[in-house]
Amino acid sequence: MASFLERLIGRRDPSSAELARERLKLVLVTDRSDLSPDKLERMQGEIIQVIRKYLEIDETEVAIKLEQRDRKTYLVADVPLEQDRIYKPPPKTDEDEAKP
Amino acid sequence: MGARVITITSGKGGVGKTTATANLAVSLATLNKKVVCVDADIGLRNLDVVMGLENRIVYDLVDVVEGRCKLRQAMVKDKRVPDLYLLPAAQTRDKTAVSPQDMVALTDQLREDYDLILIDSPAGIEWGFRNALAPADEVIVITNPEVSAVRDADRIIGLIEAEERRIPVSLMINRVKPEMVRRGDMLSVNDVMEILSIRLLGVVPEDQEILISSNKGTPLTLEDHKTPAGEAFLNIARRVTGENVPLISLDQKGGVLRRLARMFGSSDST
Ligand SMILES: Nc1ncnc2c1ncn2[C@@H]1O[C@H](COP(=O)(O)OP(=O)(O)O)[C@@H](O)[C@H]1O
Ligand SMILES: [Mg+2]
Repeated sequence: MASFLERLIGRRDPSSAELARERLKLVLVTDRSDLSPDKLERMQGEIIQVIRKYLEIDETEVAIKLEQRDRKTYLVADVPLEQDRIYKPPPKTDEDEAKP
Repeated sequence: MGARVITITSGKGGVGKTTATANLAVSLATLNKKVVCVDADIGLRNLDVVMGLENRIVYDLVDVVEGRCKLRQAMVKDKRVPDLYLLPAAQTRDKTAVSPQDMVALTDQLREDYDLILIDSPAGIEWGFRNALAPADEVIVITNPEVSAVRDADRIIGLIEAEERRIPVSLMINRVKPEMVRRGDMLSVNDVMEILSIRLLGVVPEDQEILISSNKGTPLTLEDHKTPAGEAFLNIARRVTGENVPLISLDQKGGVLRRLARMFGSSDST
């Protein structure tokens, strides 16, 4: 319990088993997909370029990563749209005014 | 189609394939199965010494493949159990002396007369592994709770899953030290399962008796006295025969399983 609390407030260093687990997860993503972290970064850049042709996105918050679920690897992309654009109410038109 | 062919493999060397093959073979024979184990590690034969049958070898697998003897003549009977045979590897030959097709033909000859054929695969992902995989109906992948062994297991599992025919794969985690797991200095069974996500067949603890048994050439599962690893191998063998032997792992930090195990008075991890 103590160790859980310590971890909660981020005081304890990770155990060597935890390090092993995290390192394994990372290296297996690369092994399984044959996509190096460097290539993944380049791909992310290209994907952003394509999306930008169609949408205004918040580029600083884009996260594209490979994720393991069971024995399958998924390319998961979180691409937030520019907030202003989504929530900005459409400008009023004459037509709107005319409605009862 | 007779016998099931089960290949025992790992990717990484030294994780316990030969030890497991010998102990499972003996256990399965004591469970009244007719068993043959095949040493597919051509050029690095070892199953014979681990089983203690090295002095009775006349012919080997390559002699059979190259037609110098009949299959029967190369099989060494283990007289300590009812129905167990070893087909030894050649020691002085290269692994290319045998092809995957040879392995399929050879096991097909054995299927009629036996219940289980265990193939002890060499390390690696090349020729020897391909030979061992070709005739397999099922595969047991062995790993240790260690970064490099788990990584290699993942690679092997990936290669097996990439095969055109679907081969069921299960995992055996060997050399678990519950004390180190509790201290947070060894990957737990759960950690390994979370990473590899395949069916868990069993867990074998680190056990000094393994070394002693290989010194003597008497697999642990032949001994009357119970040892943690010997019991774990016997449980795995029973699972292989389809018996429902619950998995109890004691290496989780205060996990439910551990508490349950304590409640039921089990002593070690299996
Ligand atoms: N559960 C265990 N506890 C202790 N030592 C073990 C255990 N399993 C295997 N070993 C030891 O590890 C070494 C490698 O085992 P071996 O079966 O030859 O591996 P492989 O066939 O995969 O190369 C041997 O010295 C063996 O005695
Ligand atoms: Mg071996």
